[in-house]
Amino acid sequence: MSVARDIMTIAGVSVGAFFFLAGTVGLLRFPDTLTRLHALTKADNLGLGFVVLGLLPQSGSLRDGLKLISIWMLALLAGATVSQLIARMVRQSGTTR
Amino acid sequence: MTSGVTVFGLCAAAAVGLGLNGLMTSPQPLRKIIAFNLLGSGVFLLFGIVGRRGAAAGFGNDPVPQALVITGVVVAFSATALAIALLLRLLKTSGSTTLDDPAPTSPHSDPSGD
Amino acid sequence: MNIATVFEIVLASVVLGLAIWTIAVAETYSATVGFVAYSLLVALIWVRLDAVDVALTEAAIGGGLGGVVLLGAAARLRDAEALTVEQASPIVRMSAAILSASITAALAFAILLLPDPAPTLAPTVVANAGATGMTNPVTNVLMAFRGMDTMLEKVVLLLAIVGVWSLASDRAWGGRPGPRHQADPNGVLAFLARLLPPAGIVVGVYILWTGADHPGGAFQGGAVLASMWLLVIMAGLADTPPVSSRWLRLILVAGPGLFLAIGLGGLWLGPAFLSYPAAFAKPLILGIEVAMILTIAATLGLLLAGAPERSSQ
Repeated sequence: MSVARDIMTIAGVSVGAFFFLAGTVGLLRFPDTLTRLHALTKADNLGLGFVVLGLLPQSGSLRDGLKLISIWMLALLAGATVSQLIARMVRQSGTTR
Repeated sequence: MTSGVTVFGLCAAAAVGLGLNGLMTSPQPLRKIIAFNLLGSGVFLLFGIVGRRGAAAGFGNDPVPQALVITGVVVAFSATALAIALLLRLLKTSGSTTLDDPAPTSPHSDPSGD
Repeated sequence: MNIATVFEIVLASVVLGLAIWTIAVAETYSATVGFVAYSLLVALIWVRLDAVDVALTEAAIGGGLGGVVLLGAAARLRDAEALTVEQASPIVRMSAAILSASITAALAFAILLLPDPAPTLAPTVVANAGATGMTNPVTNVLMAFRGMDTMLEKVVLLLAIVGVWSLASDRAWGGRPGPRHQADPNGVLAFLARLLPPAGIVVGVYILWTGADHPGGAFQGGAVLASMWLLVIMAGLADTPPVSSRWLRLILVAGPGLFLAIGLGGLWLGPAFLSYPAAFAKPLILGIEVAMILTIAATLGLLLAGAPERSSQ
């Protein structure tokens, strides 16, 4: 039982780390602000989501699991809002770099 | 455990040196404020290193230095906010943020204190 | 060398790199961004040092609110800072570099030569933990064993806010701090400012409550409450209150006032200043903390808002 939980954790955190890596590469390599935002928010939200999914089997109680999920939800909310604001700023200023 | 503490300790020592250097050499006041914060953060980390080495009685870190650092972080923040307010006021009254040149003929100059 | 040590070395190198970038980069705005990233990673170092209370404070106040102050100032000073280009003379820079390097070297030697076994007050804290009915050792030290420090720190916060307010011009004396923020009332920021504060207030109060037994407390909770208040202000849903307002000043003195009153009560009824009677220690400390979280949230928010800029009419 504990081995199955550990395998789920390793798989979830590894997939999450892959998405973080992909998002960081996109942030550094993409040509303009909008594509960089795309790389950052999509990949990091998925990355954090998989890390949280991977950690869920390790949380001892329902309360800790709910805390982990609400951290993910708050990060999603903040990330979505900030990327909207940055994208709007880019569109208003007319430059895309 | 000890090796990690030593690595962080050397990092803290470097932060103190870098902050001190920036405080003395950067010409812009805002950069001086940032450098001073860096210096302070290095000093706090040194407290943390000493507290971590004093881990005993089931605690991972001596609670007394931790409490001092929490107090220190809040005081450092309030000092930073006060310094920034002074800097913005300087910009408003003299039109520049330089500390050594009063520039009385600046177009934004407003000696009436408004 | 195990994987934790490798992680610690990588973390320390990234933090060191950010510190160098913060000092060396040419543009002030980049330096500010570098410093915010540095503070957030330093919070991770505090977690590794097993000081979660400090990590929460560093992330919320040092990195979060401090970052907002610095970024706001960098944006407002962007044009003026660019004009200041004169560098210190080579002799000054050389001697500053030598002095800084020798201080770093001296501190590094001190770190490497620290006494073994290290002196610690942890056993004393454990021995007296029963006196307050709380199990978080840091809260015990902050609120009881070194309560005087915490009370005086509240006074420092008050002095800072008085200093900031004194920088108002004659026209804005006693007026509202900062600019009036205008945002699209149907925009995404206003949406977030309506959606997040209920959750944020619950989190802030939870951090205060759990601080009795787990990492947390009035400072970290107060920082969360202050950021919720600032979010509502920045989205244009509420204005900053005029600093001459009576209820605002009442909130600002509530924390240190209650702390001082209970401290003097200890002197009068008990053996010493700030001595809590054993039976009421926890309720008294919780009462002080509730008053303090309001004071801290209001003070941090007002320190961020800055000097009054508009008259209250």
